[in-house]
Amino acid sequence: MALVEIKNLHKSFGSNHVLRGIDFTVEQGEVVCVIGPSGSGKSTLLRCVNLLEIPQEGQVIVRGEDICDRDCHLDAARSQIGMVFQQFNLFPHLSVLANCTVAQTTVLKRGSAEAEKIARANLDRVGLNDKVKAFPMQLSGGQQQRVAIARALSMDPALMLFDEPTSALDPELVGDVLTVMRKLALDGMTMLVVTHEMAFAREVADRVVFMDGGVIVEQGPPAEVIGNPQQERTQNFLRRVLNPTHVEPT
Amino acid sequence: MSRPTDIVERKGLSPRQRAQRSRWIQYGILVALLIVAGVSADWGQIGSVFFKPEYIKSAFEDGLLQALVKTLEYTAGAFVIGLLGGTLLALMRLSIVGPYRWIATAYIEFFRGLPAIVVFIAFSLLPLAFEGMTIPFDPYGTVWLALGIVAAAYMAEVIRAGIQAVPKGQLEAARSLGMPAGLATRKIVLPQAFRIVLPPLTNDLILLVKDSSLVFIIGTTASAYELTGFGRDLANTYANLTPLVTAGFCYLIITLPLGILVRRLEAKAARAR
Repeated sequence: MALVEIKNLHKSFGSNHVLRGIDFTVEQGEVVCVIGPSGSGKSTLLRCVNLLEIPQEGQVIVRGEDICDRDCHLDAARSQIGMVFQQFNLFPHLSVLANCTVAQTTVLKRGSAEAEKIARANLDRVGLNDKVKAFPMQLSGGQQQRVAIARALSMDPALMLFDEPTSALDPELVGDVLTVMRKLALDGMTMLVVTHEMAFAREVADRVVFMDGGVIVEQGPPAEVIGNPQQERTQNFLRRVLNPTHVEPT
Repeated sequence: MSRPTDIVERKGLSPRQRAQRSRWIQYGILVALLIVAGVSADWGQIGSVFFKPEYIKSAFEDGLLQALVKTLEYTAGAFVIGLLGGTLLALMRLSIVGPYRWIATAYIEFFRGLPAIVVFIAFSLLPLAFEGMTIPFDPYGTVWLALGIVAAAYMAEVIRAGIQAVPKGQLEAARSLGMPAGLATRKIVLPQAFRIVLPPLTNDLILLVKDSSLVFIIGTTASAYELTGFGRDLANTYANLTPLVTAGFCYLIITLPLGILVRRLEAKAARAR
C-alpha cells in the first residue's frame, strides 16, 4: 500500500483553478521531487497533503486513511506528517529546544524529559546541538531551516513535506540544508520535496514530478524527466531553469 | 541664462540667512511672552493657592499615600479584568462563529462610544435600581468592574490587531505539527500577539490610571478615596488648590515612567523589525 495516495485532486482559489485533477502516489521510503514553473500549483499540492489547503474535490489518502474525510482525526493525521516551510516559520518566542519540544509535549503527550531527549537527538542530526539554548532570531537562515527540520523530525513523522526549503536562503547557506535533506533521504525517510534545486532532484530523488498549469505533465526517474524529458513543456521549463542567462531566439 | 546666485542677490538674503532671521524672531516672541507673564502674575498669590507648603505637608499626614495605593489597586484590578475581558472579546471578534463576532463587535462599539463617566454613574445607581443588590469585594468589586468593562472594550481592539499581526505562517506551522486550533492559539499565537501589543497595552494602562479618578462618581467612603477624591475633598476643606495639585503630581509620578517605558518598548520593537 502506498504511503500517500492522491486521487483526482482539484483546488481553486476563487475563479483561479490551481489544481486540475492530480493523481499520484508516494511509496514508503521514496523521495519524490516536484518541479515546475511558479504558479504551476506544486506548493498548493504539497499544502493539500496536510490539509493546510482544503481541496474542493478528490481524496488525499495517508496510510489508508482519507484525511479529507469529515470523520478523520485531522490533527492526529497532521502530527504524522512533517512540514518544512520556505520561510522556516520557527516560533520566535521559543528557544531552539522549545521549538522542538512544544508539539511533542502538547500533541503527543510525551514527558518533558523524553521530549527533550528526542529534540536533542534531532538537533544533533541536523548539526545544531550547540544551538539548543539559542533563539531563532540569533540564527542564520540556514540554521533556522535546519531547526525547522529537527522540529518536524521530533514528531517522528511517517512523511516529510518540504515546500521550497532553500528558496529563501542566501546561496552560500543552501548547501547545509541540502546536506541534511540528503542524509534524511539516505536514512530512508519518505520525502515529498517541492524544489528548484535541479542538481538535488537529479541526485537524491527516486522520482521527479513535473507540474505545469495545475496538472502533472510528466513523471519518472530523474534521469528520464530531467535528463531526457519527453514533453515539450518539460523541455522548455528545464531549458529556462538550467540556462537562466540564455535568451531564446525570437 | 540665470544662475542660482542671481536669484539670491536679487532678494538680498540667502535662504540660510532667512532661516536664521526666522529663528531669532521666534526666540524673541518667546522671551517677550515670558517677561509679560513674569511681570503681570502675582507669584505670591499663585504660590499660596497652588503650592502652599503646610497644605502639602498636611496632605501627606491626612493619607495621600493611602490614596495613591488605592489608585494603584483600582488600576491594577481593572487592568486585569480589562486584559482578560479584552482577550476574550478579541478572540470572539476573530471567531468563525458569526454570533460571537456580532456580540463582541456590539460590546466593543458600545463601550468605546460611551463616555466612561456614564458607565460610572450607572454603576453608582445600580444599588438603588436593584434593591438589595451588592457587588462583592466592596468597594473594589464595583470599581474594578466599572473600569474593567470599559477597558476591556479598548484592549480588545488592541489585542485583536496584535493577533492579526502574527504572521499566518506561525499558525500554519503549529497546525502542521498537529496542534488543534485552540492549543496553537494559546501556545503560539497569543504569546507573540502580546509581545506585539505591549507598547499600546501600556498606553491603555496609563489611560486606566487616569480613568481611575472617575471612581469618585460612585460615591465611595473617605477610607476608599483614591487620589482625585482625596485631593478634591481636602481642597474643599482648606479652600485651597494645593492638595489637588499634590494629588496631580502623584499621577505624574505613575504615568511619566510608564510613558518612558512605552517609548522604550516601541524603540525595541522597531529595532527587532
